[in-house]
Amino acid sequence: MSNAGARSAFDPAVLFKALFLGLIAIFVLVPLLATLLGGFKSLGELRVNPFGLPRHWEWQNYADILFSARYWQLLRNSLVISTLAVTLTLITASMAAFTFAHVRFFGSSMLLSYLTLGLLFPAATAVLPLFIKVRDLGLLDTYFGVALPQVAFSLAMSVLLLRRFFKDIPYELLEAALVDGCSYIKFFRYVTLPLSRPILATVGTITFVNSWNAYLLPLVMLNTDALYPWPLGIMVYQGEYSSEWHLILAFITLTILPTIILFLLAQKHIVAGLTAGAVKG
Amino acid sequence: MARRIAITSPVGVAGEAAPQVAVRGPGWDGRFTVLILFLPPALLLFTLFVVLPIGEAAWYSAFNWNGFGRPTNWIGFDNYRFVLETRAFWLALRNNGLIIAVSLAVQLPLALTLALMLAERFRGAVALRMLFFMPYILAEIATGLIFSFVYDGDYGLVASIWRAFGAEPPHLLASTDTAMLAVLIVVVWKYFGFHMMLFIAALQSLDKSLVEAARIDGATRTQTLRHVVIPLLYPTIRLSVFFAIIGSLQLFDLVMPLTRGGPADSSNTMVSFLYNNGISRMRVGYGSAIGVILFAICVTFAFTYKRWFMRDE
Repeated sequence: MSNAGARSAFDPAVLFKALFLGLIAIFVLVPLLATLLGGFKSLGELRVNPFGLPRHWEWQNYADILFSARYWQLLRNSLVISTLAVTLTLITASMAAFTFAHVRFFGSSMLLSYLTLGLLFPAATAVLPLFIKVRDLGLLDTYFGVALPQVAFSLAMSVLLLRRFFKDIPYELLEAALVDGCSYIKFFRYVTLPLSRPILATVGTITFVNSWNAYLLPLVMLNTDALYPWPLGIMVYQGEYSSEWHLILAFITLTILPTIILFLLAQKHIVAGLTAGAVKG
Repeated sequence: MARRIAITSPVGVAGEAAPQVAVRGPGWDGRFTVLILFLPPALLLFTLFVVLPIGEAAWYSAFNWNGFGRPTNWIGFDNYRFVLETRAFWLALRNNGLIIAVSLAVQLPLALTLALMLAERFRGAVALRMLFFMPYILAEIATGLIFSFVYDGDYGLVASIWRAFGAEPPHLLASTDTAMLAVLIVVVWKYFGFHMMLFIAALQSLDKSLVEAARIDGATRTQTLRHVVIPLLYPTIRLSVFFAIIGSLQLFDLVMPLTRGGPADSSNTMVSFLYNNGISRMRVGYGSAIGVILFAICVTFAFTYKRWFMRDE
């Protein structure tokens, strides 16, 4: 602290740093602020004054969207799909991770590397056969048709993260419980899961964000507008209102708002999950 | 360790264990129950929706098939030939190369510089970290739409700057000369914060005694940075490069709202090329061939990179 105070404001290194950080902050902020403020302008004003504060605040742009059934339907669809994806991922991944962490069996490491393969390739490479499979299963145009592949693709990372955490639960604990007649399943339910809340929150948040933002899978699996999650819905909206940017900007702002709120609430889990998964995955 | 093996060594196979089901506790039967209940859901989902489709893509790519009924029109490797003969495919491949180049040459140095600045504690550091990370949290679709406004030739931010100088504003996204450049700028905007966070996490878990030792030995700030800090970051840098390349190969969501791969295929990535040619027209064989090529590139890259650069991690 005293060190920072001792440096004079005219230290060129400090000045350069402040300038550089300021420039990058402007680079990041301007598009975001222009979007938020653009939603408060009329189309005519947007054309002559895209940067500045609105001279006349058009609350109506936002109100129209907030009071439309369409907006809430998109959010609801996204919420349903993401909740399904998170729930199923947490259940299946934690069970598998528990087995890989605590149960020794023949082929364990082979099966784990098999799952790990999932880290290597993008869903896009197999999206056509995936579409045909989902169609043959009768899941086309259903929430599950989107959520199940999302779960499958999130499993590799989730199992790895959870397994590493589960392994840190002292083995003596499991041993003692087993000697006392506790079953593996009870141990999993009453010891492992409660102890693992932080990592479960992290994995859940990451899965949620990925599912919430996903575009390609819903695009391929859903045909009915009524089922569209918001990334699909906003593309349709943009198509309909092609150059009425003031409305589109208001719509964008209102759809990214939940993401930003979630981020502010769960930033610890999001950053932890991304960097933990990245640095050691 | 020894105790662990004694208790959990695989003493039998499923058939032998079955009669002992009544015995509760640390026996094979307890593990057997877990095995048959806990593993299948994950393995089944993974196999059904990840592994099988990759295999099926290889199979379908040998057919001329529109996705209805069963594939019957076997054409061997012709789909691959068709893909490789399409100029737009090579454009898409080149664009993925450009994205990789910009990620490595612009994005990662920027992220590293910012991380070195923001890993130190000063007022506003945490707020700036969060701000720079924000674009990464936004959906690609939202990001793309925001920038299609920024670039809009009539209402956008770029256009109004042009007009301020009295010039006729360009339609950046509608010109084959500038569309890809515009996409590349958005790529940097969106992803540099993620790499910055990786570097900050690494810097914070760094062994500080090494840095202090260098300072005590009389190394300047720059020398410490060049000869101590950066080398200690090499594992993270290698990882960051890995993510940047794998991510660049998969880019799709960002391109769709900006240009849909156009104009004239000038800003297609491999995935948007796959979407435009395989999925929206349901040319399953052709699209699958593109998918298999992309898969081969990703896997070859991942294994080569791991072998060459990440041997000890």
